[in-house]
Amino acid sequence: MMKRLAGLLAVAVSTVLAFPLQAQTPRYGGELVFPVPSEPPSYDGHREETFGLIHPIAPFYNTLLRVDPFDKGGTKPYPSLAESWTVSADGKTYTFKIRSGVKFHDGSEMTSRDVKASYDKIIFPPAGVGSTRKGQYAVVEAVEAPNPTTVVFRLKNASGSFMSSLLSPYNFIYKADILAKDMNWYEKNIMGTGPFTFVEHVKGSHVVGKKNPNYWDKGKPYLDGFRAIFIRSSSAQVAAVRGERAHIQFRGFTPADRDNLKAALGDKIVVQESAWDCILMVGINHEKKPFDDKRVRRALTLALDRYQASESLSKIAIVKSVAGVQVPGTPFATPPEELNKLAGYWTDINKSRAEARRLLKEAGVPDGFSFTFTNRGIPMPYEPLGVWMIDQWRQIGLNVQQQVIEPAAYFGVIRKGDAQVFMDFQCGYIVEPDLDMYKFVSTDRNPANYSRYKDPVLDDLYDKQSRATNAEERKKIIRQFEKRLLDEEAHYLMTLQWHRIIPHSAKVKGWTVTPSHYLNNTLDTVWLSE
Amino acid sequence: MTVYIVKRMLLMIPTLLGVAVLIFLLLRVVPGDVVEARYLGQGSQFTSQDLMDIERKKLGLDQPLWKQFTTWMWGIMRLDFGLSMWTGSPITEEIKLRFELSLQLAIMATVVATLLAIPLGILAAIKQDTWIDYAVRVFSIAGLAMPSFWLGILMILVMLIVFKWLPPMVFTSFWVNPWDNLAQLIWPALAVGYRYSAVATRMMRSAMLEVLREDYIRTARAKGLWLKLILSRHAMKNAMLPVITVVGLEFAFLLGGLVVTEQVFNLNGLGLLFVEAISRRDYTLTQALVLIVAAVFIFVNFATDIAYAWLDPRIRYR
Repeated sequence: MMKRLAGLLAVAVSTVLAFPLQAQTPRYGGELVFPVPSEPPSYDGHREETFGLIHPIAPFYNTLLRVDPFDKGGTKPYPSLAESWTVSADGKTYTFKIRSGVKFHDGSEMTSRDVKASYDKIIFPPAGVGSTRKGQYAVVEAVEAPNPTTVVFRLKNASGSFMSSLLSPYNFIYKADILAKDMNWYEKNIMGTGPFTFVEHVKGSHVVGKKNPNYWDKGKPYLDGFRAIFIRSSSAQVAAVRGERAHIQFRGFTPADRDNLKAALGDKIVVQESAWDCILMVGINHEKKPFDDKRVRRALTLALDRYQASESLSKIAIVKSVAGVQVPGTPFATPPEELNKLAGYWTDINKSRAEARRLLKEAGVPDGFSFTFTNRGIPMPYEPLGVWMIDQWRQIGLNVQQQVIEPAAYFGVIRKGDAQVFMDFQCGYIVEPDLDMYKFVSTDRNPANYSRYKDPVLDDLYDKQSRATNAEERKKIIRQFEKRLLDEEAHYLMTLQWHRIIPHSAKVKGWTVTPSHYLNNTLDTVWLSE
Repeated sequence: MTVYIVKRMLLMIPTLLGVAVLIFLLLRVVPGDVVEARYLGQGSQFTSQDLMDIERKKLGLDQPLWKQFTTWMWGIMRLDFGLSMWTGSPITEEIKLRFELSLQLAIMATVVATLLAIPLGILAAIKQDTWIDYAVRVFSIAGLAMPSFWLGILMILVMLIVFKWLPPMVFTSFWVNPWDNLAQLIWPALAVGYRYSAVATRMMRSAMLEVLREDYIRTARAKGLWLKLILSRHAMKNAMLPVITVVGLEFAFLLGGLVVTEQVFNLNGLGLLFVEAISRRDYTLTQALVLIVAAVFIFVNFATDIAYAWLDPRIRYR
């Protein structure tokens, strides 16, 4: 009887599983059309930092490793040109087995030599060649290619984040012979091993790619091609999706755009959402009085009612979660019950603001004290967050004027140290403490720390967590780092985590939203249902 | 007339030189440069000063200002605008791509505006204070009050909601596919042309009213000349003078000034390129665009003056 029941159950389960599987069988063909809000300055991923390069150019390339295209957390390493890897016991040697039979679009074979040449360009660029990610690989001592199918990275010390560094979607693998002739060739030319081959780029208009028939991952890609159209205006992007001229926009839309698209197109639109690995934070210039006093800085963070803001601002802006130094829901994120203990994250806002007023009084800051908050001239989400903060600070007796600076000049002004309190931001391609927290180490180590402080204790915590290879141990150190950064010293204030909203045509399948708009743009797994 | 034309052409040289010096200096007064725009605005934590120095050196931004200026001017004299600091591509290539679209749009909008403005302006003048005059005035005031980009947004919404259709998102040359080309450009041409016509209609009406009150028109009427002949041969020619000025200046403006309309219709035109070049601190591209737009304005003014001289011999230089 039990056997029969088990048999019936097995049949039932397999039937239930079989239907969705059949329904999800990828369909071949079609051209994916997507707007891209910004255009790449050059084609060289090693040189550029904008998603405007990733969205239209990533499909032409492969990287050594990639993030699992179906991992919503966007952190799991997944094979790409490396089919497997091992890490030595001391954590200082990473050995990768390179896939055989991979061809560049010109028909030549890709080997470990190409991987080494590409990483040498990123980590050890020759004089006169710029590499924007060189600093990220400071831990690498050497890259070796002992045979055509093996690449070895030798590190100066063990690193908890090295694997994540190799998941960068910008680290395209280029052909060694081309790099040997001209290190800058890839700035103006495209030639990779990716699932799509380059057809054309009309400046200011579009990039077109077509299916690579010799792609090493047999059966992929599913699409015949893609067309990335450069559309700067967000209303024109929304109109393109609404008018079914475009299938998806990979960066993100506002809550209002999502609601309008859903109302207009109903079931023809599918919405994928995720916490976004981008955050606006408030920098406080420690060289300007009275902000050199940590009581004043703590008062600024204590004034903010982040939980109420999360509820109200998430309806009108691309922000949502209350977060510390890691994106909520990711492996090293602070659980809410611990976050609540930090200054500015208490659930009782009246208690918080009373403490803020007490601290200001103690620091000798008079009621109605005026200062200037410098904000970046980008409407979303700088504007609503700026207005919100000014209102919050007013509630503890501060009088704040907002100075808005044009985007191209903004960081030049902040870098010079002229601003008192200002909006700062960071965006990552992967949620990884080393990348997300480097911003906050002392200004003499990282000039991108515009709050201009030196904190050896914080630096030490950063280094310790970076070297920790045990996840639990690392979590504990990150918590200490976070407490010092956001509570005890209040060097920086976090606003709200961005929230990524992707309303796309229901025809688009095989694409999963992640916390980063730099990920999942190789398009090899994407297909169109009709 | 030949001396007049030569004099005007020679005057273009110092004007353009003045524009060149002015834009070169103004751009460098504005805070930030292309390297900051490229690397500091993306939220990366690893941008080193070394990288920024390498990039500045590559672009020649480490050179003293006088050297940057003379290098640029030497290039201009050889009709070489140099490379875009943002993309590294030749500037002529960047501009050529957008120029076709902007020029076609400017021509189409001018045609729309002229076809509307001249007949409506004349009609309103000869039917002064009748319902026709009022209707034309309401029509033209509405055109003035309504920004063309807003009219463009309305057009797109109507096409989308009522007709479930949108114009193509990518520009196709008229010579490659006229249908796709017109399907994309006719809408912005109508939106811009309507606003443009509003100014010209009012100008045409008031100029016509003024001319119709002149003694020579009364004389022509008194001797029994046919009204159509009076209007076409005597009144229109003189009333056209201010209208030509407006049309000429608007045409020059349309070549580089349709920033918002280009955004609304996603047109890859010179206006958008201009704004992007400035916001990215792409000095070389901005300088080239300013020079080109200035040259167009100067040329259009020149052509307008020639037309004036042809229409009204009293204006000719001696």
